[in-house]
Amino acid sequence: MTGTGIGAPVRRKEDQRFITGKGRYTDDLTRPGQAHAYFVRSPHAHAEIVKIDKAAAEAMPGVLAVLTGDDLAADNIGGLICGWMIHSKDGSPMKAGAHPALAQGKVRYVGDHVAVVVAETLAQARDAAEAVEVDYKLLPAIADTATARSSKVVVHDVAPDNTVYEWHLGDKDATEAAFKKAKHVTTLDITNNRLIPNPIETRAAIGEYDMGTDNYTLYTTSQNPHVARLVLSAFIGIAPENKLRVIAPDVGGGFGSKIFIYAEETVCVWASKKVGRPVKWTSDRTEAFLSDAHGRDHVTRAQLALDDNGKILALRAHTIANLGAYLSTFSSSVPTYLYAPLLSGQYDIPAIYAEVDGVYTNTAPVDAYRGAGRPEATFVVERLVEVAARELGMDPAKFRKKNYIKRFPHQTPVIMNYDVGDYGASLEKALEMADYKGFNKRKRESAKKGKLRGIGFSSYIEACGIAPSQAVGSLGAGVGLWESAEVRVNPTGSVEVLTGSHSHGQGHETTFAQLVSERLGVDINNVNIVHGDTDKVQFGMGTYGSRSGAVGMSAITRAIDKVIEKGKKVAAYAMEASDKDIEFADGKFSVAGTDKSMAFGEIALQAYIAHKFSGQDLEPGLKEGAFYDPTNFTFPAGVHICEVEIDPDTGVTTIERFTAVDDFGVVINPMIVEGQVHGGIAQGVGQALLENAVYDESGQLVTASYMDYAMPRADDLPSFDVGMTVTPCPSNPLGIKGCGEAGAIAAPPAVINAITNAVGHEDVPMPATPRAVWHAIHKGKAPMAAE
Amino acid sequence: MHAFEYHRPSNVRQAAALLQKNEDAKIVAGGHTLLPTMKQRLAAPSALVDLGAMGELRGIEKKGRAVVIGAMSTHADVATSDVVAEAIPGLAKLAELIGDPAVRHRGTIGGSIANNDPAADYPAACIGLGATIITNKRKIVAEEFFTGMFDTALDEGEIITKVSFPIPAKAAYAKFRNPASRYALAGVFVSKRGSDIRVAVTGAGSDGVFRWSEAEEALAKRFAPKSLDGMSPPASGMNTDIHADAEYRAHLVGVMARRAVAAATGR
Amino acid sequence: MASVTMTVNGKSVTADVDPRTLLAQFVREHLRLTGTHVGCDTSQCGACVVHVDGKAVKACTMLAVQADGCEVLTIEGLANGAELHPMQAAFREHHGLQCGYCTPGMIMTAVDMVNRLGSDLDEATIRHELEGNICRCTGYHNIVRAVETGAKAMTEGGARQAAE
Repeated sequence: MTGTGIGAPVRRKEDQRFITGKGRYTDDLTRPGQAHAYFVRSPHAHAEIVKIDKAAAEAMPGVLAVLTGDDLAADNIGGLICGWMIHSKDGSPMKAGAHPALAQGKVRYVGDHVAVVVAETLAQARDAAEAVEVDYKLLPAIADTATARSSKVVVHDVAPDNTVYEWHLGDKDATEAAFKKAKHVTTLDITNNRLIPNPIETRAAIGEYDMGTDNYTLYTTSQNPHVARLVLSAFIGIAPENKLRVIAPDVGGGFGSKIFIYAEETVCVWASKKVGRPVKWTSDRTEAFLSDAHGRDHVTRAQLALDDNGKILALRAHTIANLGAYLSTFSSSVPTYLYAPLLSGQYDIPAIYAEVDGVYTNTAPVDAYRGAGRPEATFVVERLVEVAARELGMDPAKFRKKNYIKRFPHQTPVIMNYDVGDYGASLEKALEMADYKGFNKRKRESAKKGKLRGIGFSSYIEACGIAPSQAVGSLGAGVGLWESAEVRVNPTGSVEVLTGSHSHGQGHETTFAQLVSERLGVDINNVNIVHGDTDKVQFGMGTYGSRSGAVGMSAITRAIDKVIEKGKKVAAYAMEASDKDIEFADGKFSVAGTDKSMAFGEIALQAYIAHKFSGQDLEPGLKEGAFYDPTNFTFPAGVHICEVEIDPDTGVTTIERFTAVDDFGVVINPMIVEGQVHGGIAQGVGQALLENAVYDESGQLVTASYMDYAMPRADDLPSFDVGMTVTPCPSNPLGIKGCGEAGAIAAPPAVINAITNAVGHEDVPMPATPRAVWHAIHKGKAPMAAE
Repeated sequence: MHAFEYHRPSNVRQAAALLQKNEDAKIVAGGHTLLPTMKQRLAAPSALVDLGAMGELRGIEKKGRAVVIGAMSTHADVATSDVVAEAIPGLAKLAELIGDPAVRHRGTIGGSIANNDPAADYPAACIGLGATIITNKRKIVAEEFFTGMFDTALDEGEIITKVSFPIPAKAAYAKFRNPASRYALAGVFVSKRGSDIRVAVTGAGSDGVFRWSEAEEALAKRFAPKSLDGMSPPASGMNTDIHADAEYRAHLVGVMARRAVAAATGR
Repeated sequence: MASVTMTVNGKSVTADVDPRTLLAQFVREHLRLTGTHVGCDTSQCGACVVHVDGKAVKACTMLAVQADGCEVLTIEGLANGAELHPMQAAFREHHGLQCGYCTPGMIMTAVDMVNRLGSDLDEATIRHELEGNICRCTGYHNIVRAVETGAKAMTEGGARQAAE
């Protein structure tokens, strides 16, 4: 390790601009002649649009255009798509209802896009939006996940029972056989609460059409600008791919919600040509609550079959997954292939069977949110395991250890082939750090103060580094999930890396530069990371699913390898040796067995001046690209332990200790990795204690602002004890597994297991708000947070 | 926001005249309720009359047996006032619990009282201390001032200039915060001034701030937390929302009342 | 339109604005100081915190006309030229930011905290004082460390200046 190489806690290069207010987020940009868009949104969860009268709005001051779904249709603009085909058990394809960017005929959730007003100023656009008269014929609405299939309300005619698919995975017969011979069965009914991602930067977009070149530019808050361009071109049909440039500048957090291709960015690009001006839209927080894709929202019955020694025999789960009113970009894959393949957890479970019914409701679309499917799976497994241990009177740590997978590779009954891990090592370390032995003493001390104390575990696993393209293709994905990189060495030896990954808080400008610095021996300050602009960067798949390290950096590694190979050839000419004798180490090309060497920068210059070799023998220049397709998912895993104290008078839960021990494989920058763990835990604790998206029966979002949606604040959280164990990932050149989602996946069951441990029974809903916990303590029964 | 005219008068008389002239005008003090409401377009005053330039409305002094606080004094002014800390520390503590530091730098006591949000803290202090609200026209005792959710006895164009809090022997505020908004889910202000025992509850009641007379009677016998053991107001008069049902709110009022009495009596 | 004059980061500015212009909009759109961010509609997230007459306020809940005659300090005015303010340096040193969006408001709040409460801040106080600033990335762990360190550095810097 050098001071700035792999494994060093290098301070972030990107921070200078963020701490001085010089970041450039989409809303910070002002394009010459820019006009402003404001969307007329449905105030109703479900209604027919009888008529839209734009005349009054069009006559308002500053108004440039008022556009509706009819205008979109007239221009042959296609609808938004869902890019992952899921087939039902019976082989039928999922039932995808049409999703126009501006509603055509019907609105299906509160916040659905009805019309857009483009005006000189935002205030004028908003004033005029109030003057757009929409005549609605109200329809009854369904918002509830559990009852959506039996509701008389029909969200999309293509799915008369509101069922998108009835999907399954695993061996049903083997699982039923295992349950039949089980000595003990643990059963849980679980609601995984609906969440709203809430990056602090709301979504924004500027569409700009250049009449002179017939080119479009979209500035947008995206985690994956190339995918956005592909969808906008190939499916929505706004512009040919070569005529559309998508730029995602600094992006203020994503957590999944900025993966998707939304109505607003589509409309801004389209409208910019209609009005002949750049069109800017910035979501306000209320719009974000209403129209960003939400997360989670599962209702599950899950069971674990055990023999009389506490060995797990089988697991089965039936889940209803709320997909909202329309299928968002990757929504269909989240409760299926990102969920059920993780139901084996860290355990050797011989038989697993999962059924998932995806349902339409009159709520905002639901799609990937930090963890995406894996938190839901982990919650099922880790609650089941904890409760099973309690029911059998076994220590939950020992119970887990007994059932851990201990040999690798391990093929689970649900697709995944775990390559490497040492779950026992993480558990031991976590028990030590959490002072598990001292828990009973601390519990007694709490009792003396009249407080309840509980401890809970979560032994999570996730599948990251998504994903081998062939594998996901066979499961229905519409795209491949490789990543691309180009390493451009300049004549002076400085380096630009063009990456298809996108940083929106992860610190790629630092970690990627660390990799280059380590491998090429170039000063980290002489490495620039370029991302987020389709005109600069080759096609790339973007950042989500903890993939930028395992996949994105692997692509960079491959490109670096090629640069070194080419450099050796240049060095051979420059030093008049055979290229077989050239070695590269510590930033120097040297001739084996001699004292001849040239620095990386000198060779770069030689490559470009091309004086020492013939252009017929060797191409000048030093620039190499690579597309890296992973050979397997990666499997970060670990153990999180949460210890809570509860005030029985108020039901308030305080997290007294939170210990996380994770195995992320090789770590590039421990400071950044720990930061990712902290942030993930905070979102997981948020789900467990605070956050809940609530729709009322009429489909109105009750939690549409920070007044009612409880975001984790500094005083809701403790400091975290974070540790690591390392088993390098064998399936990528760097040994990286990924760290971005671990906390959000691991924390919810750890917290709920701790609370149920303190309360003494399992009937505590999530989020375990003070109200819910108080009822759980005093009634033995807690009503759900939703009325 | 909808468009409006902006006025910044330099004294109360001018402000009153402006309000009289513009029927739909609204006063803006700290603006921390009004501006968010206007941003959401839930309020659309034709004009704003900003009291921000009136030094005369800002300031805290001890006057006889009362602490008199100018209507434009910010929550931070009250929270950090030596006069308040010495005379009614429970009131300083209450101000310290409103919003966050930046909100306390702008939000004012007059604005909070005039708005009478059912989950605001100051109405509990006013009722709980038997305050008098002084306007440009008259003096109104707190019980008559707060007339229901978001409703007060203020006439059109009437401007709060000061609030006078009688100094109690003992007083304290205990607040259970809404986990999202951090407003009071149940806030209880208790005080004892001679035989005048007050227990004022905010955030919980379905019709805004109220006095919990049963608790007052119990505390009149002995001003100690134990006197309230097992007591809570009837759930029938409590609010229900996603954060707390009526039963839980009623329970919290009992808990907060006991904690407030404990704080007031130094237990 | 209304005329406003104020001092922003040490420079006097005068402009005609629609009275409904928020202070946050004014610095972002009229002065192109886009470091002040807007993250919510309800005065809760704190991404927009600036100092007005030396006190932290939420610039999304104040009209530009209300700041007439005031001294305004935004994140862009905090550093002394190329030399970072100690609180800025502490946020970088302790990895107190990820996406950077809440960061300007966090730093402005942290500086105000030290201005009011001094440099000896314990964890509980810092967490309580950050009530009005929401961060979705960091889990606050490293922000707390940054504020602790930045607070100490602010007094040391102040003491150094006083001694010079």
